[in-house]
Amino acid sequence: MSKIINRRDFFKLLGGGVVAASAGLVACSGKDGQTTASQQEGEKGKMTFRTSPNTGDRVSLLGYGMMRLPVVGGGTERDHPDAAIDQEMVNKQVDYAIEHGVNYFDTSPAYCQGRSEEATGIALHRHPRDKYFVATKMSNFSPATWPRKESMEMFENSLKYLQVDYIDYLLLHAIGGSGMDEFNTRFMDNGILDWLVEQKEKGRIRNLGFSYHGAVSVFDQLLQWHDEGRYHWDFVQIELNYLDWNLANEINSSNTDAVYLYGELEKRGIPSVIMEPLLGGRLANVPDPIVAKLKARRPEDSVAAWAFRFAGTPEKVLTVLSGMTYMEHLVENIRTYSPLTPITPEEHEFLMDIAEDIFNLKTIPCNECNYCMPCPYGINIPAIFSHYNKCIKEDNMPTHRRSAEYNKQRRAFLVGYDRSVPRLRQADHCIGCGQCSPHCPQSIDIPQELHKVDVFVENLKRNGKIADVEA
Amino acid sequence: MLRKTRIILAIVSFVMVTLLFLDLTDTTRHLFGWMAKIQFLPALLAMNLLVVVGLLLLTLVFGRMYCSVICPLGVMQDVMARFNFKKNKYSYSKAKNVLRYVVLFFFIIALLAGLGSLVALLAPYSSFGRIANNLFRPLVELANNALASWAEQRGSYAFSSIDIWLRSLPTFIISAVTFVVLFVLAYRNGRTYCNTICPVGTFLSLFARFSWLRIKIDENECIKCGKCARSCKAACIDFKNYTVDYSRCVVCGNCIDKCDKKHAISYAPVRLVAKAKKTASEPVDQGRRSFLVASALATTAAVLAQEKKKVDGGLAKIEDKAIVERSTPITPPGSISASNMAKHCTACQLCVSACPNDVLRPSANLLTLMQPTMSYERGYCRPECNECSSVCPAGAIRPISLAVKSSTQIGHAVWVKKNCIPVVDGVECGNCERHCPVGAITMVQLDENDELSPMVPAVNESRCIGCGACENLCPARPFTAIYVEGHEVHKEV
Repeated sequence: MSKIINRRDFFKLLGGGVVAASAGLVACSGKDGQTTASQQEGEKGKMTFRTSPNTGDRVSLLGYGMMRLPVVGGGTERDHPDAAIDQEMVNKQVDYAIEHGVNYFDTSPAYCQGRSEEATGIALHRHPRDKYFVATKMSNFSPATWPRKESMEMFENSLKYLQVDYIDYLLLHAIGGSGMDEFNTRFMDNGILDWLVEQKEKGRIRNLGFSYHGAVSVFDQLLQWHDEGRYHWDFVQIELNYLDWNLANEINSSNTDAVYLYGELEKRGIPSVIMEPLLGGRLANVPDPIVAKLKARRPEDSVAAWAFRFAGTPEKVLTVLSGMTYMEHLVENIRTYSPLTPITPEEHEFLMDIAEDIFNLKTIPCNECNYCMPCPYGINIPAIFSHYNKCIKEDNMPTHRRSAEYNKQRRAFLVGYDRSVPRLRQADHCIGCGQCSPHCPQSIDIPQELHKVDVFVENLKRNGKIADVEA
Repeated sequence: MLRKTRIILAIVSFVMVTLLFLDLTDTTRHLFGWMAKIQFLPALLAMNLLVVVGLLLLTLVFGRMYCSVICPLGVMQDVMARFNFKKNKYSYSKAKNVLRYVVLFFFIIALLAGLGSLVALLAPYSSFGRIANNLFRPLVELANNALASWAEQRGSYAFSSIDIWLRSLPTFIISAVTFVVLFVLAYRNGRTYCNTICPVGTFLSLFARFSWLRIKIDENECIKCGKCARSCKAACIDFKNYTVDYSRCVVCGNCIDKCDKKHAISYAPVRLVAKAKKTASEPVDQGRRSFLVASALATTAAVLAQEKKKVDGGLAKIEDKAIVERSTPITPPGSISASNMAKHCTACQLCVSACPNDVLRPSANLLTLMQPTMSYERGYCRPECNECSSVCPAGAIRPISLAVKSSTQIGHAVWVKKNCIPVVDGVECGNCERHCPVGAITMVQLDENDELSPMVPAVNESRCIGCGACENLCPARPFTAIYVEGHEVHKEV
């Protein structure tokens, strides 16, 4: 499942990028008085490419995730679900991407409320077919699409919407989840995996792979089939970033460290496609002390650039996906990979320390992908987690009642909470039905985390009175 | 001098009382709460003898100074009258004694009989409270919300947005009609309401007749120009006979300022005043009854467009909770019992203004009309709050500590099986149990013989305090699966 950083996080990333860029500007204009457009824009023809061992495809290290496309009037469909996709902007950005070497475009029948493939098709169709690789998925969001006929229809529709005769990269979408049983029901019992293999033989699919989240038993099983020659995986899409490299399992015991996943693939010579290089933007939006540490090391790089460099450094990484809603996202990311400056072993150790710092923040590992939504009882899950995390990251948590800042922080938390999440969609309305949890690619026990936030808020509300009296 | 002093004092007291209703924080309520407590009728109902005796003494010394300075409704009428820019807008008229004593008589009967709604309809401070709460407060809230969105854009937490909602249509209509009628009366004839309808005014007039300080016309100095009478909003100066009706005079001092011959009219101790001739009462003026009639009619009809919720497509729609029809209304902790509430409440809406959780609203029941009642669709009676009990000037909601409140049973929760989510949707819930502040709810198997049957709430009625956390947070919409039935008499658990 392609996990792409979302708009809000990209804003944050962008903020970092702009700061970095303008810092560069100031520094340079002091030196030679020139404008530094070239410093902000990646130079054409400098993009780093990786070659697929199966088809010899020369793939750009930056892949374009088509999950958070811009909509008319600004923002993404997540903020404005009824707004139409801003096709003109999509076209413009796709043109710019291709012009600067980006040639991998990742979509899915499920993205943008099902409108992503069509928009991607319109944008890409304006370019020669040999200028781009398109990746889409056999999705599994709704059990209604699981039977054989519906699945085949899904694939045919992908070809139709993308306006192509063949798919370059086809993925079984988000396997793992709750284990082999679900995988078997979705892809094996209806024979759809075998049918896809047939399609590959017919040339309608050039590379067949899967995207993985959750139970490692499924990952291991599928690689075992690969070893046994039962199925051949041309590529696998995994979550990889410097936080998940060693700490994914420590953050959530049902997740697996990226170092293992990547290692297993590298061992077999299977190229990795990387999702979540930024963890939904969480790695671009870190507390000030961590920003300071990163900046001290490479003052002209944005915080996000570290994460992209990390994800792109392993040699067997084919491409690193990023959902780029705005042109600025593109410009910044193209710059990072034109060309890639690999992470040195020493920098790797440094990032592992940074990861430890981030881990110790105890934020809720939500990337705001919105897969859990809509909650049938109306809770705005990502917004609640986002507000909670934001207060932690800004070091603005009202945790110490005796602290001088307590009342101010308390007000900021509660007022900010009401602003970010309407009252009826707040954590106290979570009934704990648990329908959300299976959808979470990060395997967060969502009801448990919501109840944790609820208790925190409840205590905050009750303590106000006492704190006021004490003050 | 008298006029200027009166105006300054009136402005100060009016601002203080008004802030009680309009301040969206609880700052001024804590600072000026006493202003509500020195209002005559609330003090009487709270059996606050000190204040009642004090006010009567004040009247015996200064005349009806209360009506000009302390009563916010009186001051508001003076403000309204200023919109009439005509120079000589008033003239002397005889007292409408039959009307005012009849109203006072019925008012006292209603008071003794515990007819709270009639009392509330006539009481001046209550009328002002309703007008402030229903008409002025939404404007302040609107301004606040504008500031809040401005603050939000600037990343400031100085202002937070609040829900603006209609708590009770009848009360709103009564307030609006009262406001319009008062405006018309004040615009045309000054203090007509105070001297014909207002029971407090009439009651104080009984004492004001004998006030020590009073307005006096010096027959030797007076040139009978009539300016004093034309500036008298109480229409109580009969300059032709050199008399002033002290039962109606609110000691505003306008006449003294207007007098061309400065010494012809003065405010002075009684022994210097020539004996005033008593005037006979006149037949009832039918037109003056419009206020009462209009108010009574106001309870019927009129529909307001329902507020529509804007819903993000990525979010499930949330239906509004239906207001539960309770067989016994819930009264706030501190009110002791429904009858205590009925006896003391003047329906001034101060508690409704103070409630930060959108729980209190005016009752629509005819017998307790406009008195506060509780409902939990928008919030619940939170454990850290006792605002209403701290503001009530009339002893209807007595001060209650948070500790006592948390063990005061004002009602008990009732489970409605047919709405309960685990039964209907077949999913786990337990949100009521999780949020019960006193642990009165336990989740139990619906069928004790079936381990797979859903877990549903069991309420321990003896522990439940009726705060409504369960009802408010119950996910069943629009019809809640757990609701609170009120208790006539509160008790400690």
